[in-house]
Formats: sequence, C-alpha cells, structure tokens
Amino acid sequence: MFNNVKSHLLTDSGLELSSLEKALGQIYHHDNDYADLYFQSSQHESWVLEDGIIKDGSYNIERGVGVRAISGEKTGFAYSDEITEDALLSACRAARSIAPAGGKHAVKSLSNSEYRVRYESNNPLLAMEDAEKISLLRAVDSYIRKKEPGINQVVVSLSGVYEEVLVAATDGTLASDIRPLVRLNCSVLMEQGDRRERGSAGAGGRHSYDFFTTDKDGRPYYETLADEALHMARINMEAVASPAGTMPVVLGSGWPGVLLHEAVGHGLEGDFNRKGASTFSGRIGERVAAKGVTVVDDGTLQDRRGSLSVDDEGTPTQHNVLIEDGILKGYMQDKMNARLMGVSPTGNGRRESFAHLPMPRMTNTYMLGGQHDPQEIIASIDKGIYAPNFAGGQVDITSGKFVFSSAEAYLIENGKITAPVKGATLIGNGPEVMQKISMIGNDVALDRGVGVCGKDGQSVPVGVGQPTLKVDELTVGGTA
Amino acid sequence: MQIEKQIAEIQNIVDDVLKMALSKGATQAEASMSKVQGIAVSSRMCDVENVEFNNDGGLGISVYVGKHKGSASTADLSKEGLALTVEKAVDIARYTSEDDCTGLADEALIATEFPDLDLYHPIELDPQKGIEMAVAAEQAAMAHDKRITNSDGASYNANMGMRVYGNTHGINAGYPSSRYSLSCMMIGAENGDMQRDYAYTVNRVPSLLKGAEEIGREAAEATVARLGARKLATGKVPVMLHKDVASSLFGHYVSAISGGSLYRRSSFLLDKLGEQVFPHWLTIEEKPHLKAGLASSVFDAEGVATKDMTIVENGILSHYLYTTYSARKLGVISNGHAGGIHNWIIGDTGQSDGQMLQELGTGLLVTELMGQGVNTVTGDYSRGAAGFWVENGVIQYPVHEVTIAGNLKDMFMNIQAIGAERELRGGVQTGSVLIGEMHIAGS
Repeated sequence: MFNNVKSHLLTDSGLELSSLEKALGQIYHHDNDYADLYFQSSQHESWVLEDGIIKDGSYNIERGVGVRAISGEKTGFAYSDEITEDALLSACRAARSIAPAGGKHAVKSLSNSEYRVRYESNNPLLAMEDAEKISLLRAVDSYIRKKEPGINQVVVSLSGVYEEVLVAATDGTLASDIRPLVRLNCSVLMEQGDRRERGSAGAGGRHSYDFFTTDKDGRPYYETLADEALHMARINMEAVASPAGTMPVVLGSGWPGVLLHEAVGHGLEGDFNRKGASTFSGRIGERVAAKGVTVVDDGTLQDRRGSLSVDDEGTPTQHNVLIEDGILKGYMQDKMNARLMGVSPTGNGRRESFAHLPMPRMTNTYMLGGQHDPQEIIASIDKGIYAPNFAGGQVDITSGKFVFSSAEAYLIENGKITAPVKGATLIGNGPEVMQKISMIGNDVALDRGVGVCGKDGQSVPVGVGQPTLKVDELTVGGTA
Repeated sequence: MQIEKQIAEIQNIVDDVLKMALSKGATQAEASMSKVQGIAVSSRMCDVENVEFNNDGGLGISVYVGKHKGSASTADLSKEGLALTVEKAVDIARYTSEDDCTGLADEALIATEFPDLDLYHPIELDPQKGIEMAVAAEQAAMAHDKRITNSDGASYNANMGMRVYGNTHGINAGYPSSRYSLSCMMIGAENGDMQRDYAYTVNRVPSLLKGAEEIGREAAEATVARLGARKLATGKVPVMLHKDVASSLFGHYVSAISGGSLYRRSSFLLDKLGEQVFPHWLTIEEKPHLKAGLASSVFDAEGVATKDMTIVENGILSHYLYTTYSARKLGVISNGHAGGIHNWIIGDTGQSDGQMLQELGTGLLVTELMGQGVNTVTGDYSRGAAGFWVENGVIQYPVHEVTIAGNLKDMFMNIQAIGAERELRGGVQTGSVLIGEMHIAGS
C-alpha cells in the first residue's frame, strides 16, 4: 500500500522521500520543536434519486499538502492545493515563521510506521460500475414504493469517498493510509390528511457499496434501512406531544450513544483539558460516572465509519479506555497536546483535510454492556420516556451542558412502552447525567455508520454506540 | 497582481471550461469558480497560538446533455484537473435520468448589469497585526473582571477573494470581496461553576471592525454574567430571543419557504402563499444590493439577477424562495434564491433593547440556543436554551439547562414585538424578538 500511495502523492509530482526530509529540514532552520507534512488526495461522488428518477450525480477531486510547524504551544500552518516541490517549500517557509530563525533540532530520518490495516484499500468508486450504483438506488426506491404504495416522497442518496494520505514528520514518522468510506441514506415523506411526517435511515462505513446489497439477516441490507425509514414515518404520524420536565429516560442501544459523544466525549479531548477549559479538566482518577459505566474510544474496529488504521499524524489508532467503572482514566490526545501534558499520543489526531490543522478528535466512542435485560430496564419505570433514535447533539464543554434531539420516542407508563411522542430536545449536564445512569443493558451495539462530528469548523466521520441505558433524571423539552 | 486582472484570468478559465463542456457533448453548461486568500491567527492567554495561511480555490461545473444533468468539482485547477472534471460531469450525465425541469436558468432572468456593491476592501495581510488585535482583546477581557480565570483564546481572520460565474447563455461575470473578523472567548469561574462565552465583530471593511478592547470587554461581561446560572421550573412563560440569536428564527422561516422544501412537500408552510403567517405589523424586506452587505450579491448561484423584494408584507407570506429547478417543479419562475437569501431586514416595533425588556416584563430572555431540534416538515420546535430570568423588565439571574418548545407556526403568529436595535453581523438583520408564551422544561 505504502508504495502505491507514495507513487500517487509524491513520485507523480516529482517528489521523493529525500524531498520531504529536505522540506522538514527547512522548517528546522527555525527554532521549531516539531513539524509535519500531510499529503492527501481524495475523490468523492454522490448520486441522488428523487421523484423516482436519478436526479443528480456529482464528483469531486481534491489534492494538496498541509505543512505544520510547532514551537511550544504555538503552531504555524500553511497549505497548497498543488503538490510540487516549489509549493511545498513555500508552505514550509510560511509555516516555520511561527518560531524565530536558528534551529536547535535535527530531522530524524523517515522510517515506515508499523500498524495494522483496519479496512480494505479498494476504491469504492471503481469497485462498482456506475450502472450498478444506479440500480441500487432504484432498488431501494421500488422496495419502498412496493411496501407502502401511498408514500409521497422518496429520496435515496448514495455517496462514496476514496482517500489516500501520507504523513511525514520531523520525529521520523512516515505513514500512509488508504481510506474508503461509503454511505446510503433514504428518506420518505408520508401524508395522511393534513399531516405530513418524515422518516429516514442510513448506514455506511469503510466498505465498498456492495455492503448495502449483501444479505444481512437473510435479505439485502438496504431493505432493512428502507423499512426503518418507513417505520419512523409511521411512528411519527401517530406521535402525540412529548411531556416536558425532568423524568427518567431510557435510551436505546446503538445510535443513542450520541449521548456519550456529547456528554463526555468532547469534554475528554486533550486540547480542552490541557487548556483547563473542560468540565473534566484535572479530574483523572475521580469518579465522573456511575459505577458500572465504562466508556472507550476505539479507532481500531474493523471497517467502522470512525475507524482509522493510523490517525492523521501517523500514530496507529488504539482501544482507549476513557472511563472505567465510573472513574476517569484518560483523555484523547494528538501529538502536540500529549507532549504538552506529558502523556503518550492515543491515535486521536485528526483533521478534515490537508487544509485544516489536526486536533484531538473522537473515532468510535461507545459504552460497554452491563447486566440488565432491556425489557427489565423499561419495566423499572412508572412514567418516563423511551428514546431509541436520535438526531444530532451539541455540547458546551466548559459548563458541561449538552443537548441531543430524539427522532423517535415513546412514553413509558407503568413499565410498558405506550404512545409514540414527537421528537424533543433532551438537555443535561455531562458529569451529572453520567452519575445518574442506574441500569446498563446487555445489548451493546454500535450505530449504523452515519455520524459526522463538527469541531472548530472541521467535520470528520465518527462512530458511537452503547447498550440500552436508564438515566434516572434528564430534562425533556416537550410541550405537554 | 491587480484583482481585476485575476478576475479576468478566472473568467478565461470559466470560458475554456464551458467550451470544453460543449465540445464534449453538453448542450448547456454552467461553471463557478472562487479563489480566496487569507490569514487566520489566534492567541491564547495573551500569547500567539496559531498562525494559518489560507489559500483556497475551486471550480464547480454542471453540464446538461439534453435534459440530463451531471456535476463535478475540483480544487485542482491545472489543465489536466479541469479537463478531468469536465469529463466526469459529462460522464455522470449519461447516468442521470431525463428531467424536464433541469437546465440553466431562463435566459431572460440572467443578470446583465453588474453594479459595484462595495464588497472588496483589500489590506496587506499581516499576521503580526492580527496577533496584536487578538492579544489586545484577550488582555482587555482578562483585566475586566477577576472572575475571568482562563481564556479559550481570541482570533483574527482576514480573507480576500473573488467569485466568477459563467454559463452558456453568455454570462461570465465576477466580483471581488473581502471579509474580516475578530472574536474572543473567555472562561469564568466562581464557587465551582465554570462558564464560557464570547463576542465577535465581522465586516467587509477592516476599519469598521469593532475595537479589540471592546470585543474583549464584551466577551468578559457575557461570561461573568452567566456565572451562578440556575434552572427554571417546568411551565409556560413569555420568551424573548435576544437579537444575537433571533436571526435563527428567521433561518427556520427561510427553510420552510424554500422551493426545495415545497416541491418535496416537506414544509409546514406548504400552500400558504398569500396567507397571514406573522402579525400584521411584521414586514421582511430583502435588499440584495446593500453596499458592503454581508449577504449582498448582484446575481445568485445560477446567474439570475437579484432584486429588492418584500418577502413578508403586513404579516403575509408574499413570496416563496425559488431556484430555477424548484420554480420549474412548482410551475413558476426563479426569483434568484439559488444559494440562499440576500440581506433580510426584519421590521421592528420601535423599542430600544431596554424597552424590549419592559415589554417582556417577567419571563425568559434567551441568549443561547443549542441543538438541532427543529422539524421543518411539521414546524415542531424544541431546543436547548440559556439566558436570563427577567422580572418586571429587570434581569434577575442567569438561567441554563432548560429547553424552549412550541410550534413555529404559533411562534411566528405570536410575535409581540421586535426591537429597533438590530443585529447586523449576518444575512438576517433583526432586533430582539418577543415571542410570547412558550413551554419551558427545567426542574
């Protein structure tokens, strides 16, 4: 793999490994402690079916190099969308100016990093013929229309990314990665009288498109997704106003793990903690969640949307335990924050592209399973909410306040799931809510692979997961 | 290089790309290209943190082969990169379906006059000067109040660039623009409570940015004001959206009246053209040609000429927002909204900010909204909120960890007053909005 990536990103542009060492050496003519070069090329395509026809298709290509120089807590950064020696050296001159002239360090000679590959290196855009991609979209549409002839609108979209990256750094790091990523989404609009409701579902990961057509549980996976979109629209059609106030909430397994992403995930990113800006700052070794709660961030999971073989700084990803049995164990780190905090990088240095600076980011963040049968958890509640599906969330890492919005929810009355209720925003304080987790299900699951995480204007794909959970008190933003 | 010369060069590229598309079998084509150069510098704890040099460019093309459409884009502007992009777009058009509504905007609607909107105010890009401004903002904030214990940093951004749009009807027009901003986010602590807040200024004219000291002071004031926040009891109370966050309410209105939501029947304002959706006194003017406006443009993303419109007149939904495609789907013509809205000015009821608090009387003043919680199909609204509890027009204490919920249809109709002091830092210019009673979920 390395040789292929090297040939596409370097050799084709007239660069050799020696040119990279020379470029890094230029940065070390100034008093910088670290520098890296990030070469990237990406191809992205998307296809959209709407109104029963293939309405749109698009294709995007990008390539470039980002150059970062670090001196203490200071970072200089420049990039170019041309990969040539001139452009590279010019970006190096701009980035190195963060430190005064007069270098003290020498660039270590570049040597290939050892790591395990976590996904196939096929190009999903090429692995399936365009005509077959079109057939897949049509198959989803006709499945939905056959199943629910009265459906008004069906939108199906398919997208794929093929990305090659190569990182070289003054600490001798040399790593490359090939990262495929695909996604299928379907959205339906149902109408009954004056009422209109939408349902949607999606899935994806670091696969080829045949992931969606391959049988799973005895039928093509896209049928499961289409059924889920229809189910959500039907449920919403009957939904009544959600109650308002503080009450027990049962969160379903899988995608509701967005709770962890917002309530604790962001607050455990190394940069915020180095700066003392997080509600979790300085609390390693303290209890930050109820007993039994273990949360990990794991970039090594095979083929997952949030997985990486190496992060964007060339560090192999890891299984990182963030919270163990309720006790805070560690933060997620990139190289810079790890060095400044005197710990090791954890393989969480990520960036949206060559034109963005890396920072500590999540990969796949999930909670390990517990003892309880999900039915037993529902049965323990007299009056509350069961929320098996969510839209996005947001957090203020300083105060710990976070929100996430349910997309499918039900009342729990006398230990039973009853009427569906409208989507509502749930709000809480991360460390407080984590202490109020009183029952943990034995049904841990990861999401289907649709998560996008935003931080400082940069988007990266992530995964979340959890078992069914009971939170004793959470504020539910309804109208009833 | 002179900016006019750079634009002419890009116009040549756009011209070449359009010709290439026609030679490869397209019957119509449109292309847009942008180039932006800038710096982003930040400081933290009054010392330089990041210095970034930005240099972005890209070209997007859509081709129409009969009634089949294909699109492609690239950041690789080499001859080979452009040729590959055009080929890909044409290739894709082989697989998309015939669609009667697809194609370029109607020729009669394309912009033919290009007045200068005063959007371009270049300066020498100087990281050092940016750092000085960021540090000055932080220093002013740190010195303002001893409860400011930490800083999330300050940043200064300067961007200058140009945009060119061309299509095979014959338009090939470009204009330069600039944008500058300074922001500062502080962290305060008291009695174990930690809060953050920020302040910012943005303008196309660098000399019109607010001073660094003022931004620092505003950030510090906003941060310490949040310390000691409480929850509210669950119930119904009057809610006022502070002008800093009120534009989001009209953002939801934009989504609901956009042609794309309408032809997909995915809007709670479907089939409401000509009906009362806001109170009688409320009017929304769109002014695309405001000098130096943040959302000003002579033509939209499809080359359609923009013009002044009264979007809402006396509370009546006067115009939906159409692109060429959504207009054809709905049997009307585009009104220049491909790519979004252009400077909305929301009518007010004349009160100052202080008088608006009196109008609220006793209720919740919202200064922050969190989360997505808005369903454009049904109008259902439920979002996280923070702000201040107000009694008899006087702020009593900060509030956090509550939600406000309702339905946008009712929220729009129930608007009781809009302040005359407008927020000018975005595409929607509005004063604070007194919505009336909403459901609060708290303790």
